[in-house]
Amino acid sequence: MKMTKRSQWALPYVIFLGLFVVLPLFLVLVYAFQDRSGAFTLGNFLKFFSTSEDLHTFVYSIEIAVITTLLCLLLGYPAAWILSNPTYNRSSITVILFILPMWINMLIRTLATVALFDFFSAPLGEGALIFGMVYNFLPFMIYPIYNILQKMDHSYIEAAQDLGANPRTVFQKVILPLSMPGVWSGILMVFMPTISTFAVAELLTMNKVKLFGTTIQENINNGMWNYGAALSLIMLVIIGLTTLISNEKGNNAEQGGLL
Amino acid sequence: MIRKILCKGYLAVLLLALYAPIAIIAIFSFTEAKVLGNWTGFSTRLYQSLFMGGASASLIKAIENTLSIGLLAAAISTLLGTVSAIGIHNLTARKRQVITFVNNIPMLNPDIITGISLFLLFIAFHFSQGYLTVLLAHITFCTPYVILSVMPRLTQMNPNIYEAALDLGATPAQAVRKVIVPQLWSGMLSGFILSFTLSIDDFAVTLFTKGNQGMETLSTYIYADARKGGLTPELRPLMTVIFLIVLILLLAFNLRTIRQSTNKR
Repeated sequence: MKMTKRSQWALPYVIFLGLFVVLPLFLVLVYAFQDRSGAFTLGNFLKFFSTSEDLHTFVYSIEIAVITTLLCLLLGYPAAWILSNPTYNRSSITVILFILPMWINMLIRTLATVALFDFFSAPLGEGALIFGMVYNFLPFMIYPIYNILQKMDHSYIEAAQDLGANPRTVFQKVILPLSMPGVWSGILMVFMPTISTFAVAELLTMNKVKLFGTTIQENINNGMWNYGAALSLIMLVIIGLTTLISNEKGNNAEQGGLL
Repeated sequence: MIRKILCKGYLAVLLLALYAPIAIIAIFSFTEAKVLGNWTGFSTRLYQSLFMGGASASLIKAIENTLSIGLLAAAISTLLGTVSAIGIHNLTARKRQVITFVNNIPMLNPDIITGISLFLLFIAFHFSQGYLTVLLAHITFCTPYVILSVMPRLTQMNPNIYEAALDLGATPAQAVRKVIVPQLWSGMLSGFILSFTLSIDDFAVTLFTKGNQGMETLSTYIYADARKGGLTPELRPLMTVIFLIVLILLLAFNLRTIRQSTNKR
């Protein structure tokens, strides 16, 4: 009796979630398939596939996101490995210092990057964009990989060494496969915000380069809600696919680790 | 030995690169030059004008909005999140799974999607956008994190102590206040700090829910300012101060967690 009473405490939040999480997402879906008068249409999607500028921005954003993710992985994996290795790093403060930028306002970080480029009188443009993105999202790659390497059972490594594996083999056959779930969640945590970012690109390239997020924002701002909603839905599909792939890969790697 | 130096060096170079931009802003907050990168001698004039009322009224208003929305959103989310966590904890496994899934959506969704979906909600119901809608939006993305930090405390808690308190004559309200809340306290505090940081940090969701009646928070103010070309010099000391506040909050938060986990060991 008392238990059912306390379970009712969840009720206000269930209503809240319905109103502010489920209903808004449902509205994105509804608006995406409506024209201005509210009639059902596929026109918004047809418009996207026939507007070469928007299509181009979409493909370009994916390219930038892939490049950023790869660079973050390349720079972040070694950092995570060193951080998790007790021979090189014992202090948790160093780890916090690496994670901290994650919590600083993206705009402030971006403007700081612009300031850095101004300071060295380096030109703003695609280079600055990629630098700024890597700078913004590197902590998101380091953190999950560090986490998984940290929790890894070191007896696996010792066992491999006892069985005669050299350091390279140990890394290839033991450490890397065991850390794959972390790598996949890092890829997800970098790829998702890079593909959906806006404002960052305008500021880093002086409006020379536009990313998909900016296209969505411009349409919403200009009152093209239906087209904006359709573009948001396309972005959601991309993000959903990435999440699915990385979850699957992450789980597979975990199962592989258990064997 | 060489390996060790190389590894430590790599970490140092990365940290240097990560903090260089912020360091440059902090250094140039102590000079008066309009353009960043121009050193015209040491001066604290920018700090004085920021804190002594020299800054524009709209900037002060934006700072007030940021802080009041941050505190309100954090307080309401902590309350709502804690009550809901207790409720969710007492649900059947199946219902719990469904709610947890929906609860994860605001955390997984990119900011721009959260912002646009809420924008469409307010548009569809002709809800005029401003302070209140921003606050509601912030509560939406903060509460899941509170639930996430309170939940583990509930799972660790002995389920019988609430009943014990009732048997010993406490009213349900007393039992919650004197028995359950003290056990959840540290989780609630973590949730509060996390929510406050998330709220003052947010840009995308605020931008879409603030409407066009001139309501601004710091991030939207900075955005508008940067788009006009060139930053107001007062923003340099302001960014430095914000950075320090976030730094202190997060160090406090993380050291607490570290101390707790070492205590457990």
